Amino acid sequence: MKIIRMLGRSIRDALKSVCRNFSLSLASISCITITLIIVALSILASFNVQNFTKEIESDLTIIAFMDNDATEEDISTMKKNIKQIENIDSYIYEDKEKEKENMAETSDVFATVTKGWSKEENPLRDKFEIKVKNIQKIGQTAKQIQKLDKVAVVRYGAGLVERLVKAFASIQKIAYGVVLALILVTVFLIINTIKLTIFSRKREISIMRLVGASNFSIKTPFIIEGMILGLIGSIIPVILTTFGYLAFYDHFNGYLFTKIIQLISPEPFIYQASGIIVIIGIVVGMIGSASAVRKYLKV
Amino acid sequence: MDLIRLKNVYKRYKNGVTAIYNMTLSIKKGSFVFVIGGSGSGKSTLIKMLYREEKPTSGQIVVGGVDVARLRNKKVYKLRRKLGIVFQDYRLLPKLTVYENVAFAMEVIGATKNETRVKTLKAIELVGLKNKVHNYPDQLSGGEQQRVAIARAIVNNPKLLLCDEPTGNLDPDMSMEIMKVLEEINQKRGTTILMVTHDKDIVNKMKKQVVTLKDGRLVNNQEKGTYDDEDN
Repeated sequence: MKIIRMLGRSIRDALKSVCRNFSLSLASISCITITLIIVALSILASFNVQNFTKEIESDLTIIAFMDNDATEEDISTMKKNIKQIENIDSYIYEDKEKEKENMAETSDVFATVTKGWSKEENPLRDKFEIKVKNIQKIGQTAKQIQKLDKVAVVRYGAGLVERLVKAFASIQKIAYGVVLALILVTVFLIINTIKLTIFSRKREISIMRLVGASNFSIKTPFIIEGMILGLIGSIIPVILTTFGYLAFYDHFNGYLFTKIIQLISPEPFIYQASGIIVIIGIVVGMIGSASAVRKYLKV
Repeated sequence: MDLIRLKNVYKRYKNGVTAIYNMTLSIKKGSFVFVIGGSGSGKSTLIKMLYREEKPTSGQIVVGGVDVARLRNKKVYKLRRKLGIVFQDYRLLPKLTVYENVAFAMEVIGATKNETRVKTLKAIELVGLKNKVHNYPDQLSGGEQQRVAIARAIVNNPKLLLCDEPTGNLDPDMSMEIMKVLEEINQKRGTTILMVTHDKDIVNKMKKQVVTLKDGRLVNNQEKGTYDDEDN
């Protein structure tokens, strides 16, 4: 009962104090707002980078052409063998007849040329289009496929793919690093701003101690106040994230510069990002005021 | 019954200054005690140790059954709830009214609304500020502000009231008013009062127990004592 009463008082005091120390609250809130906007931008950017690198990675395929004299039996053993390679996610098999049709569709010239080929004369080859699970091991997997019976040629863009994968890995690492660094900077900035707010109320805290308030009951209102400041501070960043991203997405029709760079579709992405921003704001506000007030409780 | 008991207390600050030497002192429940002495005599250190702003370097201090020297930082509030403290500079919260300042001391210890109201009004009435409950501290005179501070100190009926030069900033007339209030609290409520001062007139007029300190040592402790110049 007493705890509930104290908690109620803490929340009331926190709200009162946000209003009474309005100019300082405003300073904390604007500091939180500005830093959270930067964090929000970096979150949007890094998630998108991550998304499109994944998209591109998942488009990478190994193509294996079979020997010209491969029989249907050879093909079915190949299908069995391919399943046993660990890193293989899925494959599509197309025989040379299908290949011929595909080719014929691309232009009239090809259509005329391929018409003359009978089934035995068809110079094209049966092929497997293979997707892998772990893109970093694509080279190794290609070698394993090459070793299988009746496989003539394996192509996966050797060299280019490795460089691309390496670049994407470092881009992701950099993106994570930037977000993490920004969050740390935010915490630091917010802790310092809240410290200023609390410093101006050193006297109040010392009087609370003198009249017999327990450390818990002194700390709680400040922590709740920090959470409120964080919450209020995250309003503008959330609005900017939501509407800004929607406008951005619409303006570029969902991709940036080329169709390869796909943007993440706004729903539910913006809600997730907003949630993350609100949580960062609240937690950081809480940590900030908790660590700032602790200093004054050591008398 | 002794409310305060000091036994072989030493206090040495970190900068090497020794403020209290081997002090042994008992103060009875319900008494009114002046602590006097010149600058640097250790009277402020003594009162600070009683409310655990400072810890003694060695020796034992018991206040109202609480072993102050061993009290952990987190538990200090338990001691503070047993005593009221009044300072020379009032230490009121400027943004709260008289009523709120006094009620503050009740609220922070988790009292109910009703209890807070009743006790706060009673304390304000006792110090004679009934008609100023809704004023802010900067609308009051120094003496009135000090009376608010006293009301705040006694609102939860402490056994002990510690006063650190409460009349230090006040003119003689106002000082006497404050002394009247303190005397009334001592008589009516039976609150033990320990007051640090260097105001000779007050000490000589009140004729109470006087504890004299000199260079950190207890040199005199007498009933109905006076403030003599040679004590300094």
